[in-house]
Amino acid sequence: MTTSQNRTEKTFLSQFAASFAMFRNPKSLTGLIILGVFVVVAIFSDFLAPYGPLDKDFSALRQAPSLTHLMGTTHMGEDIFSQILYGTRGVLVVGFLAGIMGTVIAVIMGVVAGYTRGWRSESLSAITNVFLVVPGLPLIIIIASQFEDPPLVLIAAVLAATGWAWGARVLRAQTMSLRNRDFIQAARANGEPLHRIILVEMLPNLMAIIASSFIGTVTAAVLGLTTLAFIGVIPITNLNWGTILFWAQQNGAFPNFWWWYVPAGLCIAILGVALSLINFGIDEYVNPRLRSAGERARALKKKGLNANDVMTTVRTPASTAKNSKDTNDS
Amino acid sequence: MRIPFRFIAGRTAFYLFTAYAAITINFFLPRMMAGDPVTAYMQRNAGQISVEAERSLRILFGLDQNTSVWQQYIAYWQLLFNGDLGRSFSNGLAPVGDVIASALPWTLGLVGVATIISFVLGTATGAIIGWRRGSRADVIIPISTFFSTVPYFWLGLIAIAVFSSILGWFPASHAFGKGASPEFTLDFIGQVIAHGALPAITIVVASLGGWILGMRNMMLTVLDEDYIVVAQAKGLPNRRVLWKYAARNAMLPQLSSFALSIGFIVGGTIVMEMVFSYPGVGKLLLDATNAKDYPLMQGLFLIITLAVLCANILADMAYAILDPRTRQTEA
Repeated sequence: MTTSQNRTEKTFLSQFAASFAMFRNPKSLTGLIILGVFVVVAIFSDFLAPYGPLDKDFSALRQAPSLTHLMGTTHMGEDIFSQILYGTRGVLVVGFLAGIMGTVIAVIMGVVAGYTRGWRSESLSAITNVFLVVPGLPLIIIIASQFEDPPLVLIAAVLAATGWAWGARVLRAQTMSLRNRDFIQAARANGEPLHRIILVEMLPNLMAIIASSFIGTVTAAVLGLTTLAFIGVIPITNLNWGTILFWAQQNGAFPNFWWWYVPAGLCIAILGVALSLINFGIDEYVNPRLRSAGERARALKKKGLNANDVMTTVRTPASTAKNSKDTNDS
Repeated sequence: MRIPFRFIAGRTAFYLFTAYAAITINFFLPRMMAGDPVTAYMQRNAGQISVEAERSLRILFGLDQNTSVWQQYIAYWQLLFNGDLGRSFSNGLAPVGDVIASALPWTLGLVGVATIISFVLGTATGAIIGWRRGSRADVIIPISTFFSTVPYFWLGLIAIAVFSSILGWFPASHAFGKGASPEFTLDFIGQVIAHGALPAITIVVASLGGWILGMRNMMLTVLDEDYIVVAQAKGLPNRRVLWKYAARNAMLPQLSSFALSIGFIVGGTIVMEMVFSYPGVGKLLLDATNAKDYPLMQGLFLIITLAVLCANILADMAYAILDPRTRQTEA
């Protein structure tokens, strides 16, 4: 009995590992590594930051980057490099919280809407579409502005509530296509309970889309959070990259004190690119044509052929020369 | 060209439901708060407003304590059908409808022009990159992705710093020059274009990446289809295969994702209007937020949502025109 249990554990683990296969490509790995660096910075910002984020040094106001202040100082003599390091935590905590909450909603709504039929499916789908169409940011601004001091969890919840719909829609479509596959039919014919069909048979096949929906929600949440902080709707006690931009804007950093506003914006962009790279990798895993099309065309080009050529060319030296000319002007 | 009743009826039902949901969300928004806006307003303007005025304000905003929520809800709908969105605290109790009407054309013009340019440019670029798969044109993808992950407002701030403060090519803020008043003269229209160029370019640059990537990915999928091979085997010129066969089909998902993007773009524009001091609904919303002007905030949310719905209806119509399958009557 122990051996059989061991074996099932092993297969479960290997299956578990296999369900992360969508990250095993250069694009996703690059994105994950960049994201990992930000996570490490967020965890160890207390040790990494040379100064406290709000430590004021009135002898060094609005200083350009130097060795003592790597990214210069604010109008109050605060070290911007330290603010960026501490701000990473605020961004990532809210981003991941919102991502987790949004993905849970998306999975529940999407899978249930995809698995059921009739009015249940239609009504869940209608709710999803409403959330997809209603513009999120104005709603978030209005809700956040009604609280004097909105807690982080609330901000994350609001960002999740406005960001789950796209994932739910994609998940519903994929679940609907899975529902009629043979292995699901077989599981149903075997009398497997519903929760087992969904958790064991379906979810592994939905992992790539769930991961992509999680990453998408985190991206939107990071943009939303920094935007809210920049507008000044979020209390400035919650330090993040948007708060730095808010202070810079409020205290006349534009356009002269570039070290005050450029790093924070670049950090948002780099984090966004990292998250997009992870999703590009997942996209290529889900739809291999995205990767193979370019590779095939490049391989043909190396041989002097053009992927868009009308005919399969007979490769004589003369036609090779002609085709490489075609490649240039098509 | 006949679009079947079933398609139209389905979409109409969806839009009516969405509009209903948005209006209902709007109704409940102020009721989620701990305090009520009228009390807050009275506290800040103590002594300036009579007791009778306070009572009428409460009725206007549906915060009358003596009626049930259901009665308030019905009264709220009655007000909406009369076109009454309440009165704005921060604009001397001017009707919210009038305040929004003065700002709406600016945003519609800016976002409309920028979105259409971005959509056309991005879709065409994506089609060409997808067609020339594996070529050097692929470099455009990471570059445009970088710009689309940057927050709109930051891009706007950098654009102002570089192009108007340092280079002085564009005016940094407002929709027209100081001292000018809206009129139909060449001079004024020139000013509007000069002031709108930088915000519009920023929106285009920031939203282009999504369109390029979506179109390129769809093209790669479509180009493997058999009808492309057939079209080429028939000897049709490449240009015709690219635009009439591949791009036309690859564009359909682009139009569907318009639904998602337009809300996102409008959200980004709101903050950008603040950066550019552009007198549109976005700046109005942020001013209203800072002034805790709840009636104006509510009215703006409603108008923005309805505008996004209208954009979606247009996208749906374009979809129906391009995709013959929606025109086929389903059995």
